[in-house]
Formats: sequence, structure tokens, C-alpha cells
Amino acid sequence: MTPAVEVLSVEKTYPNGTHALQPVNLTVQEGEFVTLLGPSGCGKSTLLKMVAGLLEPSNGRLLLWRRPVEQIESTGHRLSFVFQEPTLMPWARVQGNVRLPLDLAGVPAAEANPRVHDALAMVGLDKFAGALPRELSGGMQMRVSIARGLVTQPTLLLMDEPFGALDEITRNKLDSDLLELWRAKKLTVIFVTHSIYEAVYLSTRVVVMAARPGRLVEEVPIDEPYPRGPEFRVSTAFSQYAKRLQDSLLRASGTQAEGALS
Amino acid sequence: MSTVAEGAAPASPDAARTAPLLSRPEVQRVFYPALVAVLLIGLWQWWVTAFDIPRFLVPSPLLVAQTLVADAGLLFGALFTTLKITVFAFVCATVLGVLIAFAFVQSRVIETALFPYAVLLQVTPIVAIAPLIIIWVKSPTASLVICATLVALFPIIANTTLGLRSVNPGLMSYFKLNRASRLQLLWRLRIPSALPYFFGGLRISSGLALIGAVVAEFVAGTGGTGTGLAYQILQSGYQLNIPRMFAALLLITVTGVLLFAAMAWLSRWALGSWHESEAQPG
Repeated sequence: MTPAVEVLSVEKTYPNGTHALQPVNLTVQEGEFVTLLGPSGCGKSTLLKMVAGLLEPSNGRLLLWRRPVEQIESTGHRLSFVFQEPTLMPWARVQGNVRLPLDLAGVPAAEANPRVHDALAMVGLDKFAGALPRELSGGMQMRVSIARGLVTQPTLLLMDEPFGALDEITRNKLDSDLLELWRAKKLTVIFVTHSIYEAVYLSTRVVVMAARPGRLVEEVPIDEPYPRGPEFRVSTAFSQYAKRLQDSLLRASGTQAEGALS
Repeated sequence: MSTVAEGAAPASPDAARTAPLLSRPEVQRVFYPALVAVLLIGLWQWWVTAFDIPRFLVPSPLLVAQTLVADAGLLFGALFTTLKITVFAFVCATVLGVLIAFAFVQSRVIETALFPYAVLLQVTPIVAIAPLIIIWVKSPTASLVICATLVALFPIIANTTLGLRSVNPGLMSYFKLNRASRLQLLWRLRIPSALPYFFGGLRISSGLALIGAVVAEFVAGTGGTGTGLAYQILQSGYQLNIPRMFAALLLITVTGVLLFAAMAWLSRWALGSWHESEAQPG
């Protein structure tokens, strides 16, 4: 197995002195679906942004396919980042929004347009190519955002609480769609969430994090076969995993409280 | 029974189409202000005739209209002169304002150094500096254009600068993540984000350009070009030709409203499909 992402003693301290993340070690293998789970302020988004190169680590090293983040192109791999909000351009139609990364890279329209169409088809929005973002629902906007992430044909997909603002039904649907994409495209995914159930449902491995200071608590492999249907969500195994993650989160915040008292 | 239902069914969409005209918002938007205008003008006409107000104090609306027709050549010629200065000044203010805003956004140092002077320009009354400009600049038309430009400039600078800075931070991160160049950032992100603010500036500035042109003409007075609407108002005042004064005033007002409407239309045309401020409800 090839490690896709290696996080080596990476820590982050903001200029104002906030210790956002204590030194973290984490390896994500190619083809894994790893979820960073934790409460607000545990540094999960910070960690993900450092992997993407959006933030500089204060210390430690980050490797993607054994190279520094800036050199990812030389490895033949590509990363895409999906934000918490759809972050679409309100003035551009759906196809223009999805084509954006290709336009920025200077891909000619003749080559870009079929790829845009394919990406929209993957998220089931090929009929909405000509729509404006404000004409779409929140869930559809998020799908556009994911299509924009897929159009560059990434091998590594980084997702920062992408479905956090959606209702549960839409979220569950998008979760299953995401799993299908992950399997079909053999992606490596790092997914950030604060939902225990989302973490169990999606992941091959869950990384539990805790806040103040942000740190890595435990790694829990979810050894359940794919495809995972809706029935998995109500199975005993699912509940057991959820219980284990919840205990882990509670324990982490508990030790924190004791630490504060002593 | 069935015949009644069949007869009623096609009638309902018809009824929807011929809903009372006054319940439509677009009709209301024209009808109610027009109603106020008709009432006020009627009241004015009645008041002037009933109390026998002399025409050199307050002319009746009818007389103003007659004067507008009788002096059409003179007044519309003057309107053309004023409009020319207004449009020139408005275009100059737009181009200059946008260029200055771009310079401000490129570097905080430039903005910090120069913004106070933009404010200074805005707060200095144009009547105070117009005489100087009229003395310094040889061509009367050019001096009037400069005055009107100075009046109209600030809203464009302020609004466009604000707009170019008001970029969604998430989109900014996304562009940076995709290693967008400075030019791509400007062209694909900053400029579209700035458009709603820019059009807001245009609306304010179009009116200000007209006010600037008229005020500058007043200051230039009979010594200036002597053909604009402000000159006609001054002249009519000297000659106690009050109906013509009213007619000239009416032309200025209508021009201002039309300029504003043109900018509003332009804004809707450019942003209508995507921006909340111009989107039709529903």
C-alpha cells in the first residue's frame, strides 16, 4: 500500500498564540476514506487546510505521495478541496462554476466542456448546467461544489464538513452518493465532520480529535464491507461503532475537564 | 353537472390573466406616483386660478407647459448643452473613479496615502472651488466638465473600492487553492464581485453629475458659456420670466429622473439574473 498523505509531527500555533493543534501524526493510505471527527475547535479543519496547503504548519512536515504539498503535480496526483459552504460564483451558471478550476488551469473549452458535463452527470445535475446557483436548493448547490471538485479528476478529495448545513435526509443521500463516487473513482478521501453517525457510515477509519488544545485522541477502524446501504445505518454494528466513538469523544473531553481542575 | 364544471374550468386561467389591473405590482409602481402627480398639479392649477396668483410669482402648470412648448427651441438647446456636460462628466468620473479604485485595491499603501484626499475632494463644496477652476481652465466647457466630474467622482471610488474588496472569503480560498494568478483573481473574482457596488455608485453619481453641471453653470453665470439650463434659469430670473424658469427647472428634474432610471435599468440588465438586489421576487 502506498501512503497518500503523511502528517509528520505537524502542529499549528496561530500568531495570536492560540495552540490550534498539538503535534499530530497520521498516515492515510491510498484509497482510504478517513474521517476526522471532533467537536468545534479541535483543529480538524485546520489539519485539513494544512494538508491542502491552504495553511502553513508551524512545525512538522506534510507529504502527499511522499512529496511536499506544492509538488503534488510531479507525482501525477491531484487534490480537490470541497468547502463547508458551496462557495459558488453567484454570477456564473452551474457549468461555469464547475468549469472554473479548468479555466484557471487554462484547459481549452473543447476539452473542458465534456469533462464538465461528465462531472455534473456524476452528481446527477446534468440537467441543471444552465441554472444559476440561486435557483438551486442548498443540497444541489453542494452537489455543484462537489462536481467542481471532481472535474479536475482528483485522486485525493479533501472535504471540510461539506454537508454540515444540510438537512438530515439530504445529507444521508449525499453521503451514499459520495461513497459510490469514492468507490467508482478509487479516490482517497479525508472528510471532516462533527457527526458521529456520518463518520461511522462513510469511513474506513475514523480519527477522533479533541479540543483545547486540538489533538488526536484515537483512531477507530470501521471494519464493515462496502457497499453500505441504508440498512447499515440501523444495524447493531453501526450502533456499536457509534457508541465507541461517542465514548472516545466523552473520555477526551472528560480528561480535559480533570486537567482543568487540577 | 359536468357541463357546469367544463364551463368553469377554462374560465379560471382567463380570470387569472385578466386580474384587476391595479393589483399588479408593475402597474401600481406607475399608477400611484402618477396619481399623486395629477392630484398635486390639479391642486396647483386650482389654487393659482382660484386666488388669482400673479404669473410672475407662481405660474400655473398649464402656463409652464405652454412656455415649454413656445420656448422649446431655446430650452431644449440649453438642455442639450447641460446634458452634454453631464454625460461627459459622468463618463470621466466613472473611468477615473474605477481606475483610482483599482489602484487602491492593488496596494494598501496607495489607499492609505490617497484616501484622505479623495474624502477632501468630496467634502469641499463645489461652489467654493468652481470659480478657481473656471479661472484656471481656458475652455468654459472643459471647466464645467471638471467641476461636475469632481462632484460625481467620490461615490464611484468609494463604492468600487468597497466592491473589489468584498469578495467571498471561501471563493478567495478556492481561487488561491487553484493557484489563480493576480490577473485571474481580478478578472474572474474581484470584478464580478464588485459589480453590484459599482452600479450602486453609478446611480448616485449620475444624479451628482447633473447637479455638478448645473451648479458649475450657475457659478460661471452669464460670464460662462451662457447656453445651459442653469443660465436660462438665471436669465429668466433677471427678466422675471418665471414661467420659463419653471419650465427650465422641470427639464432639469426630468433629466435627473431619467438618468437615474437609465442607471437602474443598466444595473438590472447587468445583474438581474444573479444578484439579490435586482432579482424579482418569486
